[in-house]
Amino acid sequence: MRRLTWRPAELVHSSAETATARTLRFRVPGWPGHLAGQHVDVRLTAEDGYTAQRSYSVAGPADGDLIELTVETVPDGEVSPYLTEDMRVGDQVEIRGPVGGWFVWRPADQSPVLLVGGGSGIVPLMAMIRARRQAGSRAPFRLLYSLRDPARRYYAGELRRPDPGLDVTYLYTRSAPEGAARPARRIGLDDLAEGGWPASFEPECYVCGPTGFVEAAADLLLALGHAPERIRTERFGPTGG
Amino acid sequence: MSIISRGFRGKRRDAGDRLPPGQYLVEDFPVLSAGPTPRVPLDRWEFAIDTEAEQTHRWSWEEFMALPAETPTVDIHCVTKWSKLDTTWEGVSLDVLFEDVETAAEYALVYSYGGYTTNLPLEDLLDGKAWIVHRFDGEELEPRHGGPARLIVPHLYFWKSAKWVRGIRLLNDDWPGFWETAGYHNYGDPWREQRYEGD
Amino acid sequence: MTEHLDGNALAGPLGELFTVDMTSATGRCASCGLTGPVASLRVYGPDPGLVARCPGCEEVVLRLVRGPGSAWLDLRGMVSLRLNVPD
Repeated sequence: MRRLTWRPAELVHSSAETATARTLRFRVPGWPGHLAGQHVDVRLTAEDGYTAQRSYSVAGPADGDLIELTVETVPDGEVSPYLTEDMRVGDQVEIRGPVGGWFVWRPADQSPVLLVGGGSGIVPLMAMIRARRQAGSRAPFRLLYSLRDPARRYYAGELRRPDPGLDVTYLYTRSAPEGAARPARRIGLDDLAEGGWPASFEPECYVCGPTGFVEAAADLLLALGHAPERIRTERFGPTGG
Repeated sequence: MSIISRGFRGKRRDAGDRLPPGQYLVEDFPVLSAGPTPRVPLDRWEFAIDTEAEQTHRWSWEEFMALPAETPTVDIHCVTKWSKLDTTWEGVSLDVLFEDVETAAEYALVYSYGGYTTNLPLEDLLDGKAWIVHRFDGEELEPRHGGPARLIVPHLYFWKSAKWVRGIRLLNDDWPGFWETAGYHNYGDPWREQRYEGD
Repeated sequence: MTEHLDGNALAGPLGELFTVDMTSATGRCASCGLTGPVASLRVYGPDPGLVARCPGCEEVVLRLVRGPGSAWLDLRGMVSLRLNVPD
């Protein structure tokens, strides 16, 4: 293992995920591979040397030296609007990674897994779902995906397709689709009790999203008797953008 | 050699000659924090000056508000390279607070609610160079910008302008503060670009 | 308002300095004794520097400032650090 360094990365593909989010595929020569849940630091450099950097989760397993990030446009942000609006195929950034050895899922893990995502916190959880599928793992997965309204769903088509052993539940906070049994509201104890695993199954829990969401969901999991060492969290902070 | 991201400029505006080297202009007011924002109720707020002879001068919020106020308009320069021009504040000059303080100390350690500290030579706080302010841009100073009251020392990088200021300890020997013990320059003059230790 | 990140955000900056992942290491807070992964610390920053605080007592556990050609790392808030090291 070596010290991390910045590597040049070229945008090879970009596609809309929602009205405000795009999935970006970069070619990173010499990419060493990564674990599901790890993130990268992205650095932009202007012609006069000014730089700005942000962290983004990798959205799925690497395909050789190709990696995918899904980036939500933060209004008035500095880095995300460049990535999602200004950047064209062939343009370059620098990427450092992969980093983070805590919020990761390894295909050898056989325990049940509960994924709890808020908003763009779905991205590293999707990486785990994709890694599970790619590895042919039989670890049972449940995903609780909290988001404002149906138009904000990332990976909607892919999560609709049957994936044996994966259950997906959407928890809408502002407006639910017509006819939905659950009214739009914030994530609550019932959601985690019904859509998650009983604590006695000793699932590994992964919670990712904005700080307030992560703290609320982690507290609910503790209240349901999940052991603190089985609850792994990752927060998106105010410095996003 | 760095990789250039074509067309990337960041949220910067063009620099004028009022900017120290390496700085760029911002219109918003970035919030940088090293910890949770302290909430200080005004009935429990106090400001103190502790001298090297262990004499303490204290002001309650009411006493502080009764002091003669000034409304300085100054340029501020953050070590993270943003500058903001013509910011307007309201507060009390340190010259007023030091009027009855007897001291031969050369150094000051500024300390804040929440535990932050920063150090500077005492002379950099005097002669119209520093204020304890409680209003910004005509409004009450918000907690995230240092309210109820913060220090401003605009001729030094803005980390010296401690938010949530609680007091000033006068010392015969220099005592480096929070960022000064973690790689930042001990004095921090933006015009000499004293950002890091050794600059 | 919540205004912090968590220790996962230290992975890149510390990965520049160390060859093992520091965020999955277990540390002990020098102030209150709470033990947990570096990933669970409350992290403020990244500018002017990264400040990691104990989720139990909010004392500073770690500080990291990156300047041109140098990094300053302060670990005085941590009693010990248990690292996962491959044999």
